Amino acid sequence: MSMGYGKDMRWLCGLLVLLVIAPPLLGNNYYLTVLTMCCLNAMIAVGLSLLVGHAGQISLGHAGFYGLAAYTTAVLSATLGVPVGLSMLAGVGVSAGVAALVGLPALKLKGHYLAMATLGFGVILSILFNETVELTGGPSGFTDIPRLALFGFEFTSDLAVYYFIILILGLVIWLSFNILHSRVGRALRALHTSEKAAQAMGIDIARYKLFIFVISAAFAGLAGVLYAHYLTFIAPASFGFLFSVQLIVMVVLGGMTSIPGSIVGAFFLTVLPEFLRAFESIEILLFGGILVLCMMFLPDGLAGGFDRLWRWVWRMLYVRRDKDQDTGEDTGEKTDQAGGGDHG
Amino acid sequence: MAEPTTGMKIETTAKPLLVCRDVGVRFGGLQALSGVNFEACQGEITAVIGPNGAGKTTLINAISGMVQAQQGAFRLGADDITRAQPHERSRLGLVRTFQNLEIFSNMTVLENVMAGCHARLRVPAWASLLRTRKSLAMEKTIRNEALEVLDFVGLFELAKYQARDLPFGKQRLLELARALAAGPRVLLLDEPAAGLNMSETQVLADLILSVRDHYRLSIVLVEHDMDLVMRISDQVMVLCFGQVISRGTPAQVQCDPGVISAYLGDDED
Repeated sequence: MSMGYGKDMRWLCGLLVLLVIAPPLLGNNYYLTVLTMCCLNAMIAVGLSLLVGHAGQISLGHAGFYGLAAYTTAVLSATLGVPVGLSMLAGVGVSAGVAALVGLPALKLKGHYLAMATLGFGVILSILFNETVELTGGPSGFTDIPRLALFGFEFTSDLAVYYFIILILGLVIWLSFNILHSRVGRALRALHTSEKAAQAMGIDIARYKLFIFVISAAFAGLAGVLYAHYLTFIAPASFGFLFSVQLIVMVVLGGMTSIPGSIVGAFFLTVLPEFLRAFESIEILLFGGILVLCMMFLPDGLAGGFDRLWRWVWRMLYVRRDKDQDTGEDTGEKTDQAGGGDHG
Repeated sequence: MAEPTTGMKIETTAKPLLVCRDVGVRFGGLQALSGVNFEACQGEITAVIGPNGAGKTTLINAISGMVQAQQGAFRLGADDITRAQPHERSRLGLVRTFQNLEIFSNMTVLENVMAGCHARLRVPAWASLLRTRKSLAMEKTIRNEALEVLDFVGLFELAKYQARDLPFGKQRLLELARALAAGPRVLLLDEPAAGLNMSETQVLADLILSVRDHYRLSIVLVEHDMDLVMRISDQVMVLCFGQVISRGTPAQVQCDPGVISAYLGDDED
């Protein structure tokens, strides 16, 4: 749980700098593709972290919003010839609009029931993508989607698309931090802990649940339209139930109430299968095993784990320096340990 | 339903601020409240007492809208709030606390109270989203007002702590501070002394009295602690099996034979 807005902004700037300088260091187009997918998944995970981690509302249907936006922009731009900029806006709009319609009744449900409702919604969309063959191309996918182009400028290289995507990702993270550090964020955390008390404080809980549901669907939609115009090919398999679950795992693995955590989770879960590919037959086993170990030993998620690791390294250096100076004092180290416990 | 009004009206002390008429609440076959009339005036503390299961908390729930009364009408000042949602009632100035603490444990003490200011000091959601200058100024105002309220209840020093780390007694005070931050005209306190020791109850009693005098509120107090009720209340209403069996000043109620038998018939402690 990050506390100060300034600290969050510094973190965001650091992340953006890393992402900007990363491509030349990778040196391989395949790695750039993986990195781009990381950024897209991070975009969805951030929105989902607001919804699940902060407002406490579970969605098992976010792959649906992701896919809905992707198919909307694909059909509009490729089939109907709408300019890409407009069709992308429409895609995000449709995702947000459908979220509003679905959320209105569904968000009256709590916990497992909300999970079931959103799960059902995701499955319905998945079936639609598969079965409306004339519109979507069915299971074999939708091909020849135009590449990303805005205001007459066509993003011909993958690198240009990548930079546009990190710009949008930065915007999404900035908006998310703004929400969390405002009265809206307080209202969300309030209704997460006690809906009754939130109501007693005059917070319209139905409205705020719907608001954050729509925002998170819009973020997923943004990722969806960018995905469609980046790969120029989409297939229903990318937007199924499995991906919805993966998204939740990203948020949980990263650290439920941490925006940086959900981003780290998204990167980790996107990159890991690529690295494990070398192990071929036991790939899935290793993947599952690593997840189990993470959940067992990192209860506050990867973000909390990194935080602790960082503290540990810092402490080791500190103690080493102390020993070099040959002072037997280690009280400072102990207070640091005590003070640092609650920041994960 | 009445049109939402600004809620800024001058009340005279004599005229009741909160009026409940003929309230009936039924849970399945159990009639929790029937034909209850209740009034609370500005600047007064009105206590609701009664044996266990008399329907005291149900009355608070019905007044705050958390339980829908099947029968009866509720009026706050000039507004008919019978059909209003709980958050709408809160915005009109009807704010409650809870018997089982409902603090926001995932926030700091200060944030809890700032959340209390939510409905009173507002900017549009998009302004928060874009972090406009106006929203930042509002945030500062909220922060200062929250600190003021914390100072009033004596939790100023603890503002930075996580709410869940506070001892129970302080959490009770925090809940009171959060309710005050919401700008109530009528403050409903549901067993505020439950779980407090004698000295903490003493502090609470003084605090409730100073809240009444400082904010000129109408306070409705549901309480088991008879000492506390008799010492600070201006008016007392006694409920038994969902019906009003007595009402009046503390002295009048204490002498009422009906009240004595209701309490002696129950498990006296």
